[in-house]
Amino acid sequence: MFFDNWRKNKNTGDEAKRRLMLSIVSDRAGCSPEVMEQIKNDFIQVISKYVEIDSEGLEIKVASNEKGPSLTANIPIKNIRKKKED
Amino acid sequence: MGEVIVVTSGKGGVGKTTTTANIGTGLAMLGKSVLMIDMDIGLRNLDVVLGLENRIVYNLVDVIEENCRIGQALIKVKGYDHFYLLASSQSRDKTAVNPDQMKRLTELLKTQFDYIILDCPAGIEQGFKNAIAGADRAVVVTTPEVSAIRDADRIIGLLNANNIKKTELIVNRIKIDMVKKGDMMSADDVVEILAVDLLGIVPDDENIVISTNKGEPLVGNGTKAGKAYENICKRITGEDVPLMNLSKKGLLGNLFKKN
Repeated sequence: MFFDNWRKNKNTGDEAKRRLMLSIVSDRAGCSPEVMEQIKNDFIQVISKYVEIDSEGLEIKVASNEKGPSLTANIPIKNIRKKKED
Repeated sequence: MGEVIVVTSGKGGVGKTTTTANIGTGLAMLGKSVLMIDMDIGLRNLDVVLGLENRIVYNLVDVIEENCRIGQALIKVKGYDHFYLLASSQSRDKTAVNPDQMKRLTELLKTQFDYIILDCPAGIEQGFKNAIAGADRAVVVTTPEVSAIRDADRIIGLLNANNIKKTELIVNRIKIDMVKKGDMMSADDVVEILAVDLLGIVPDDENIVISTNKGEPLVGNGTKAGKAYENICKRITGEDVPLMNLSKKGLLGNLFKKN
């Protein structure tokens, strides 16, 4: 048990670094929660033209990897068939 | 023609004023002519950190409003030929000065000094804008904590946007024992996150409290933090000085290898 606790608190410096990287990337990209909401709504509009998506389940976030910051979107599809054209 | 250096951080309480006092004194000890200006109008502190609080007659706002000649407001620091403080006003606020006025003042003073060190107030509002208006280069002070680093990143972005040519970082209050245990970010971690050149590392040192109590800077008194500031001053003048080994027994010194 002692060992578990010790492990849990190990390398909090690394945790700080990881958390900072994430918040700084979104700060730098200027992605305020409002902007993210707008991007999300625009995504829904555009993609809904082609497939039926679960707009409630749509998730977007800014993350960073070795190549630099990236915008990741997870868009659940409800119905893969092309929507009937009006 | 001298150089105007702004010491800034975004977050308060990370050691801007202590850094300004020690960089100013360290450069004066190297024989440079130096002027320090306290830009924190309404919350002045640089005078008290330097033990000059009883010698203020005129201040920055008096100079800007032309209530006195510039020379009358410069407080000479004893023991040096060309080392002065221009104190801030305690009774006014940041709106008493604007960036254009500061730019004109620093342009004028640059002809008289090798270095002008500006102690910037916390925040990114008018006080910050006044402090960076005439600056040629910036020293960003941070501690290895998430809040201070995040604010430093924002400040670095604003300095770039305002065309400050050179921005360098001081990582203050490093606790080497905590870094070794993995419970504090190292200076390398901070540099990696902020992607800016490192000017120096200052260890957390109780002597800072003692020297501030006495109103005396740390440089020249043989403490580790004092030595760190002396190295920083040499780097400011362009000398290539390796980062000091903060490890008590000299083990794991490679943690702080430069780059």
